Amino acid sequence: MSGSPAVCLRVAQIDQVTAGVRQIVLQDPDGRRLPGYAPGSHLTVTAGGKRNAYSLTGSGIAPDDYRISVLRTRGGEGSGWLHDSLRVGDLLPVEGPRSAFPFELASTRSLLVAAGIGVTPILSHLRAARIWGRPVEVVYGYRPGAAAHLDEVRELAGPDLVEAPGRAALAQALLERLACQPWGTHAYACGPTAVLELFTATARDAGWPPVRLHVEHFQAPELAPGRPFAALLRRTGVQLAVPSGTSLLEAALDAGVDVPNLCRRGVCGQCLVPVAGGRVDHRDLVLDETERQAHTSMLACVSRAADDHLELDL
Amino acid sequence: MDESYESDSAECLALLATDPSRCQELPHMRPACWDAMTFVMSELQEARPDAFNLERLDVDTWRWRNQLLGIEQEFVYGDDRTLPTDPLRFIAPQVQDDLVLLDQREGSLWADAGVVTAAADWSMRFDVGMSFLEIHGPVPRVHPAGVVDRAQEFLMRLQPGEAYRRTNWTMTVGRRLDTATETYPEWGPDRRLVLGQDIGTRLHLRVEVQHLVRLPSSGAVLFLIRTYLLPLQDIARVPAWRDRLAAVLAELPQDMADYKGIARYRHAAVDWLRSAA
Repeated sequence: MSGSPAVCLRVAQIDQVTAGVRQIVLQDPDGRRLPGYAPGSHLTVTAGGKRNAYSLTGSGIAPDDYRISVLRTRGGEGSGWLHDSLRVGDLLPVEGPRSAFPFELASTRSLLVAAGIGVTPILSHLRAARIWGRPVEVVYGYRPGAAAHLDEVRELAGPDLVEAPGRAALAQALLERLACQPWGTHAYACGPTAVLELFTATARDAGWPPVRLHVEHFQAPELAPGRPFAALLRRTGVQLAVPSGTSLLEAALDAGVDVPNLCRRGVCGQCLVPVAGGRVDHRDLVLDETERQAHTSMLACVSRAADDHLELDL
Repeated sequence: MDESYESDSAECLALLATDPSRCQELPHMRPACWDAMTFVMSELQEARPDAFNLERLDVDTWRWRNQLLGIEQEFVYGDDRTLPTDPLRFIAPQVQDDLVLLDQREGSLWADAGVVTAAADWSMRFDVGMSFLEIHGPVPRVHPAGVVDRAQEFLMRLQPGEAYRRTNWTMTVGRRLDTATETYPEWGPDRRLVLGQDIGTRLHLRVEVQHLVRLPSSGAVLFLIRTYLLPLQDIARVPAWRDRLAAVLAELPQDMADYKGIARYRHAAVDWLRSAA
């Protein structure tokens, strides 16, 4: 059940936001109304043969278009293609929007933390917060001269913005702003893994309950290739050999076993498979502690056998 | 939409006027209520473009037309002052389903808003703010099997654009949509008074067709409940329905019959259905 099948949207506009960031504006080719989306949602874009998730930057309410901002990453084939080959008028295959970084409606106040291109979902949350009059504060960490959407963030956030040029300034801003939020505030952060770890650690030291912290991983942590293991598919009797550096998902797909999947980074939860035997080395960002301890399900894209053998109810 | 659309709408409006507590909303749900209202409008338009029309006039302003009920309303999305009443209460009488909104937070779903005028022996006013597990607390048998936990897990993974349908059933004496806890003194005693040949005309199978939808912009889950009532004499006209209902009523465990509130008359109903064969 993969929520939304791929559709092709037309590139209506391309803007160079900063030297390394392009904004791509997408519309329905037949002029139909695009579905709304929850702030913090992303589109999965197929570009140059690669599928990547990009945050939508609008409020999500009755959108006229879908806007994503793409940072050209070193060695990033997808982002390179979007920068070099994509032209206005082209059709771009997209899936979604999907919501994986939602706003907590019941919160009384929000602290939004953006680092680098992680500003994209934060901009979406900021717009929605302004529409509904929700109290909000923004911390934006950036490299001077390379801050995407800084003008828009300044205009929308007004006096509720703390700018942090450089990593040291961001660490200081997090320390200060996380220490003085009123009870009931939820904090949201998007940025590189190192910043998210800093955010989580600083918040924990300041006494924040984990349930009030929300992070969006736009770069999944690098995972070790893992040891080889064998997986028995109980319903079909198929025996899969999963070598080091190959995921269970890849091994299953190569063997012709259809497993629904999307992000392949342990984030979206699409490739959850039932485990019938063996212990799992969970490496995803989806399952909670109880689900991990149960060893009855796993995300095939990142998680592996804890020992040398697993049985799956597939 | 069916032939009782206009009369159901009038009944819903009358009930909301007599008992405004059938409409419940916690303050943080306002964005979800706007989302639900415009979602329902779009669905109505899709189903019956001849009767319903939602049009965007400019960036903020929309116009809603409901020709069946003679309603025309311009509004600014998110601005409560541009509607005659709050968004959920505005749309509820224009759709034959009851509407419940579930907020998702802290690993649970919470019934934080709803307009319910056809409750099958429950109360939106009593349930508002409860978690999904709390609401289903009184249901026998399902908890040890983990059914409610798994249903909640399933719903929490629901994505925008997906819609799921399930049905639920019980029985009602009389063609009566409103069997809420609030009006129990009016309908409760009937359950002891249905006897003999009355059963065929007065006793109704009550089926709820429920839809579950993830709303696009607020991320809330919209739970729609459409209630259908059919008297046993109509069911008896279709032998397969008659035999199946008799079999289900006969074998239903006692705790389930008590929970559904049909224990007093279910065996009389079985006898009636079997004698109608």
